[in-house]
Amino acid sequence: MAEVIVVTSGKGGVGKTTTSASLAVGLSNRGYKTVVIDFDIGLRNLDLIMGCERRVVYDFINVIRGEANLNQALIRDKHAKELYILPASQTRDKDALTQEGVQKVLDELQKTFDYIVCDSPAGIEHGAQMAMYFADHAVVVTNPEVSSVRDSDRMLGLLSSKTKRAEERREPVKEHLLITRYSPKRVTRGDMMSLEDVNEILAIPLLGVIPESQAVLRASNAGDPVILDEESDAGQAYADAIERFLGEDKPFRFVSEKVHWIKRLFSIKEKEHA
Amino acid sequence: MSLLNKLEKIVHYFQPPQKTARVAKERLQIIIAHERQRDNPDYLTLMQKELLEVISKYVQINKDDIKIELDRKDGCSILELNIVLPASGVVA
Ligand SMILES: Nc1ncnc2c1ncn2[C@@H]1O[C@H](COP(=O)(O)OP(=O)(O)OP(=O)(O)O)[C@@H](O)[C@H]1O
Ligand SMILES: [Mg+2]
Repeated sequence: MAEVIVVTSGKGGVGKTTTSASLAVGLSNRGYKTVVIDFDIGLRNLDLIMGCERRVVYDFINVIRGEANLNQALIRDKHAKELYILPASQTRDKDALTQEGVQKVLDELQKTFDYIVCDSPAGIEHGAQMAMYFADHAVVVTNPEVSSVRDSDRMLGLLSSKTKRAEERREPVKEHLLITRYSPKRVTRGDMMSLEDVNEILAIPLLGVIPESQAVLRASNAGDPVILDEESDAGQAYADAIERFLGEDKPFRFVSEKVHWIKRLFSIKEKEHA
Repeated sequence: MSLLNKLEKIVHYFQPPQKTARVAKERLQIIIAHERQRDNPDYLTLMQKELLEVISKYVQINKDDIKIELDRKDGCSILELNIVLPASGVVA
């Protein structure tokens, strides 16, 4: 039985797709058979971030409509062993994403996969609600900025009312906070909310803190999820978040300027020793 | 530019910059508390309905005989529940 993870945020452009890609690669590299689904109907993007855009033939909506079967639509990822991508369609007909259709596809994926990662579109409309409806876990991606935090709180409200688990009054969707585009320097300066501030307001367990990083743009330019850039701060922060997701206790890195510098010195020394 | 204006600019220059992060946090705490409250009444009416169902198993009452109020004082919430029972009217 697979676990369904929705990556959601409300606000657009905060790092959901970047996160979905790295989460999926990270889980599969840890030995879990994983599939990542792009729910952003009409604005397909995950394929680019995963570097498989030229191999898209059929998509999620084709499968829902029965125009293709799942095996024809799933794309095997070139980076990780047991990872598949189900791309979004570029049709503008958003009604094509029906709850029955999503259920049918998820049911079939449940049989063979350990994790199903759902990359949600922005907003709180139909697409975002379909992405979260069947979730067991929610990774709430938040930037340390007023509108993003407020939108995340709205999403938490929806997660506790508009999901299958909520409707059936089962154990609620497990919520995880992922703060992205974090800049310790600006936090020290006092013009960015700290992770403690954001965490206090949203009050859900903190899964990770991803620093603002140039590695993210380089990764998306190349079509290689940033977690594969093991030298980079963002890549390492994503790797830590995945370890935490899997239940390990990891200290938070790249969250303060000082630690950052000391860590850097240490890593230079370690390299010299190696 | 008047002398006073210039002076103000000079003073301003030496003042530490305003910590906007703190302002952001305070604004968020207020608006989010407000929005959570607005989203909630839903469950109050639902609870009222369910309570009515349970109580009507034992006594005959009207919907108006149950009053639920949510109050916030000094950082804690008080749920006040008032049920007016009829003098007689126990269901056999
Ligand atoms: N940690 C980071 N550091 C720097 N840039 C980042 C970081 N995370 C994301 N970005 C950049 O932010 C932009 C938006 O990222 P992404 O596409 O992942 O967001 P999204 O939430 O999926 O957006 P949408 O709501 O449109 O689907 C991209 O240009 C990406 O490169
Ligand atoms: Mg996206």
